[in-house]
Amino acid sequence: MREHSIVRVVSKILLPYILLFALYVQLHGDYGPGGGFQAGVIFGAGCILYALVFGVNKARRVAPSSVVSSIMAIGLMLYAGVGVVCLFKGGNFLDYNVLRHDPHHAQELGVALIELGVGMTVAAVMFTIFMTYAERAKK
Amino acid sequence: MNYPDTALVADTQLPALQVVIPLLSAPLCALARNRRAAYAITLLASWSALVIAVLLLLRVHAHGTISYALGGWAPPWGIEYRIDYLNAFVLVLLSSIGAIVAAYAPASVDSEIPRDRQPLFYCAYMLCLTGVLGIAATGDAFNVFVFLEVAALSSYILISLGKSRKALNAAYQYLVMGTIGSTFILIGIGFLYMMTGTLNMVDLAERLAPVRTTRPVLTAFAFFTVGVSIKMALFPLHLWLPNAYTRAPSVVTAFIASTGTKVAVYIMIRFIFTVYGVQFAFASTPVAAALISLSLLGIFFASTAAIFQRNVKRMLAYSSIAQIGYMVLGISFVSVNGLTGGIVHLFNHALMKGALFLAVGCVMLRMKRTKLEEFRGLGYRMPVTMFAFTIAGLSMIGVPMTVGFVSKWYLILAALEKGWWPVAALILLSSLLAVVYIWRVIEVAYFQKPPEDAPPVTEAPLSMLIPLCVLTAATIYFGIFTGATAGIAHRAAEMLMAGGVH
Repeated sequence: MREHSIVRVVSKILLPYILLFALYVQLHGDYGPGGGFQAGVIFGAGCILYALVFGVNKARRVAPSSVVSSIMAIGLMLYAGVGVVCLFKGGNFLDYNVLRHDPHHAQELGVALIELGVGMTVAAVMFTIFMTYAERAKK
Repeated sequence: MNYPDTALVADTQLPALQVVIPLLSAPLCALARNRRAAYAITLLASWSALVIAVLLLLRVHAHGTISYALGGWAPPWGIEYRIDYLNAFVLVLLSSIGAIVAAYAPASVDSEIPRDRQPLFYCAYMLCLTGVLGIAATGDAFNVFVFLEVAALSSYILISLGKSRKALNAAYQYLVMGTIGSTFILIGIGFLYMMTGTLNMVDLAERLAPVRTTRPVLTAFAFFTVGVSIKMALFPLHLWLPNAYTRAPSVVTAFIASTGTKVAVYIMIRFIFTVYGVQFAFASTPVAAALISLSLLGIFFASTAAIFQRNVKRMLAYSSIAQIGYMVLGISFVSVNGLTGGIVHLFNHALMKGALFLAVGCVMLRMKRTKLEEFRGLGYRMPVTMFAFTIAGLSMIGVPMTVGFVSKWYLILAALEKGWWPVAALILLSSLLAVVYIWRVIEVAYFQKPPEDAPPVTEAPLSMLIPLCVLTAATIYFGIFTGATAGIAHRAAEMLMAGGVH
């Protein structure tokens, strides 16, 4: 891709905005369309764009496979962990009401946390699927 | 903030913990990156799941059905975990197989799966256990589908970890068939939701009553029956099973053979008796007749196919297809005894087929292959393994004092009760086919000499023999003391025949 300078420059400009948009979709999911899955896909797509334009090796240097697979696992742990915290605070599994004194705040906090977990796992999975094929082709 | 008593939390939260502990252990295994740590986590989580399942069964026995509102959302709006006799029994079965196979795993896994992949293997194993436990615990139709996919996706991974490249092919074949199966189930659930606006099983049962004869509900039933038949490998939808069982690593075969298809049988029982109601499912549709003929055909076809297999693992896989026939036959008798036979056979077959596959896993560890030739003289070279194989094999035939006899007893009783002499005769006749295929292995193992140039073979390590012996002893124990298994199955059957809601 070294010779395609337009593609490189445009991607460089766009990438921060793609990642930022992913965060917006993630955080605004409470009030508008969006949420963890969509945000994860957008974030993952941003990373894949980076790998496509700047090469698989460079992408691997930014996101080593051990880090990506940890994010995958930690996302799921975050989701289930919120549920377990609810258990210990006296509610049922994933009953957010017990997280804070005010149930509204508690529900908001609970959903935000599990959606963050979903976002992390989805972004990591999307990137891993792409890299699995890309690195196979390289061999 | 005052924290409630931990013991109280544990007691009321059992239904959630049953699924959450294996679920949480899966990412922990993946994070561990060390096969010993991952194994320790797996062992701890699977045995705690077993303890929880036993506690749940005791609670159901003492206080009746348990209802648990996930997320604090009351049913029918939220997801409900509903534990009655039937699924408490199934949960105990699934988690004990999960725990025993986990205890057996390390030596076998070391020899069949590369070291760097072992943490991921344990991760997929725990996800698969989560899936099957979730299917059994939940009282929400859509949640069943979600856990069905969790169990299915992780079992594709587990099967593809097999040593030969053919494992990938087998996993892919299973993936295609399994996806068709779960899509059909999803379509069925979708139609039900369209007609009733609810997904909670108990609520569905009530709301289905006025719309029972409408076309979407009938269509849903058709999709559901075919989908679940693919999942349980009912003849003639069994084509994915022999390859998957043969090519998967030994541990995986033992686990999936004793849980995967069993849980599909559970789904069928649950939907037919609790959701649709036995009146609708069997009186107003010809499903019972179709299931009886397919299961009898399956028993004979698969048992005959088993006789001609050269690979012992594949032979046992065909035998599994035949045994599914017995369970479905029991369900479609539509009587308390028939259903008891079906449910108890679900439990018993998991024990004996688990023991047989664990024994084959020991042979695989020492001989590296499971062709019939490899078994020559093994009766004297691996005495414990082959003795366990023989006992479990006798149980497969249905010899008295083993669990196989108990199941067949109830099935024949149910057939005679209905005056269906030919069916009873066919069940007895099919046992003779089992005699033939089990005898082939026993004959080779005990009455043929090993080849002159055979390398010396030692018995499998104790870490594998103890779980194998525990399962084998269970096939004898539950064959003699039938109070626990047949008793609970009988109660569950009475509850289901009375409408399935408790």
